[in-house]
Amino acid sequence: MALPDVKQELTAARLDANAVPESGAWLAAARADAVARVQSMGLPTKRDEYWKYTDPTTLTSAQAPEAAVFEASDEAPLYDTIDRLRVVFVDGVFDAEASDDLTLEGVTIERLSDAGRADIHWAKDLYGVLETKGQIPVERPLAALNTALATDGLLIHVTGTPTKPISMIYRHKDASSDAVLHHVVKVEAGASVTILENGPAAARFNKCMEIDVADTGAFHHIRAQGRDHERRAVTHMFGRLGTESVFKSFTLTANGVLTRNEVVLELTGDDAQAHVAGAALGDGAFHHDDTVFITHDAVNCESRQVFKKVLRNGAVGVFQGKILVQPDAQKTDGYQISQSLLLDDDSQFLAKPELEIYADDVACSHGSTSGAIDEDALFYLRSRGVPKGRAEDLLVLSFLAEAIDEIEDADIAADILGRLEAWLERRRG
Amino acid sequence: MLEIKNLHVKLEEEDKQILKGVNLSLEAGKVHAIMGPNGSGKSTLSYVLSGKDGYEVTDGEVHLLGEDVLDMEPEERAAAGLFLAFQYPVEIPGVGNMTFLRTAVNAQRKQRGEEELSAGDFLKVVREKAKTLKIDADMLKRPVNVGFSGGEKKRNEILQMAMLEPKMCILDETDSGLDVDAMKLVSEGVNALRDAGRTFLVITHYQRLLDHIKPDVVHIMADGKIIKSGGPELALEVENNGYADILAEVA
Repeated sequence: MALPDVKQELTAARLDANAVPESGAWLAAARADAVARVQSMGLPTKRDEYWKYTDPTTLTSAQAPEAAVFEASDEAPLYDTIDRLRVVFVDGVFDAEASDDLTLEGVTIERLSDAGRADIHWAKDLYGVLETKGQIPVERPLAALNTALATDGLLIHVTGTPTKPISMIYRHKDASSDAVLHHVVKVEAGASVTILENGPAAARFNKCMEIDVADTGAFHHIRAQGRDHERRAVTHMFGRLGTESVFKSFTLTANGVLTRNEVVLELTGDDAQAHVAGAALGDGAFHHDDTVFITHDAVNCESRQVFKKVLRNGAVGVFQGKILVQPDAQKTDGYQISQSLLLDDDSQFLAKPELEIYADDVACSHGSTSGAIDEDALFYLRSRGVPKGRAEDLLVLSFLAEAIDEIEDADIAADILGRLEAWLERRRG
Repeated sequence: MLEIKNLHVKLEEEDKQILKGVNLSLEAGKVHAIMGPNGSGKSTLSYVLSGKDGYEVTDGEVHLLGEDVLDMEPEERAAAGLFLAFQYPVEIPGVGNMTFLRTAVNAQRKQRGEEELSAGDFLKVVREKAKTLKIDADMLKRPVNVGFSGGEKKRNEILQMAMLEPKMCILDETDSGLDVDAMKLVSEGVNALRDAGRTFLVITHYQRLLDHIKPDVVHIMADGKIIKSGGPELALEVENNGYADILAEVA
């Protein structure tokens, strides 16, 4: 079916705005495929069902809308006390001077812009491959656009258990930057890795990560999306999980005028475990969308989706979460919760929880709630002498606790909690 | 300590008068008890004194150590020395009991212009006080009141009271939901805090609690007023004959 004219024009204009980077044979082929996918799907508009609650106009426009750079405060950078391998991108451009040497035992790390010049590379079997699989049954054209246009990224091959996390730091310095990064993570059998991400990245950021976790492998991911008020981001994670593998991802989002985080996972091996969690804090011009699609395709797997959003002054939160249980995926344990804490009457939370189950021996539960601060709890705290503002903060943290509990590493969880508390304190003034 | 004069209170949302002229004068170092049938306004009195929303004071005054309480926010009343032990303590998931206690203690100290307690000093004090109430380390670590039994919740209220060292303590049906052993433990905790500079207002349905926490004065409340006051023997009279005689007597 031919695309509507509006879509064709929009898609052509966006593809024209950025040249497809020059690459070696394997990557050039993947990019050409991706361009063809983008052209046949067309970029999304707000009339698409999957974008009903989030207007993609500023994510698909040829030019990125400007975004002022957030004034750095005097607080310590996130993860400052965590021993980690730092990889810094400034407005999407690798910063060799600010980055550590990319060598770490148990893992090989290469840059896409280097490895992509070769004619053949292991990443050929994953780059754009998991993304392509993730286009069914719902199209995700902005991910295909990423595969076509990504200027850089990391190709991470995990063969052992590195002693420290790999930390990607995304700095934003140029008010009109438009960054496209694409990472591939391949975790071998029995191997384990922790990936940290933080920072606003650019005025507009399109990021894709494809993750293949082999049998008994483990992938841990903790992300903090930058606080620049005007930044826009669309991110995709495509994961494929083998037998007895573990996938755990947590995202903290504070500020940002527009964020759409999509997570698409397929549990292909028995006894695999996938946890995806998010805590979002929005005040004013803030639109935050978590879109998650988890497919159970094997026996006795567990998946959890825990998403919490705190919204005020007209902030908007969106959750579209789905658990799809295929006919053979017996003994599936699926859990999904999405909740918002609305601190005033102007904010809104739009949730579309979905379960689609074809197996007959499964345990799946889901829930979605929106509510205000619990007045009884607030009075209880105040009656003990805790001032109203601080009492409200404690109740916000109480609300977010279930999501934060998904972070396994205690030091990283403490760091994330510290960041949250600082955000709340600044809001209180 | 606490002077309540002609206190009239109605519900904010509906035109229903709950307190119809309460007068009470609570001296320093004394234990006063309030008994009364259901719906007489006992819990409303405790909420109005501690500053809960939803009530409108239509007449009367309340002074704590000479200060007008009714104009204060709940946290200011707490810092001024008022404490309410809740009938139904609230569960707060995700906030550790210890964090909560320390936040409360330091918030009050800050409001009074005192120096905040260091983590080390605080820990020392809290461990010691928790021990006498048989509150173990696990209960201190767990989220506030979450998964606590009825007895644990009430013991936790008394621990908060012990840590905050208020001058005026209101106990709202602290005996409800307690077995005999728990009541004894809670009462011992309260009695340990009895002091010449501290006043208690114990609200209860039953004389039983007053066997453990011996009151100096007993008041009977009915239909929003104190209808009779007397010594501890008044509680016994209620226990034996119910409220009917007293109600008939004043009617």
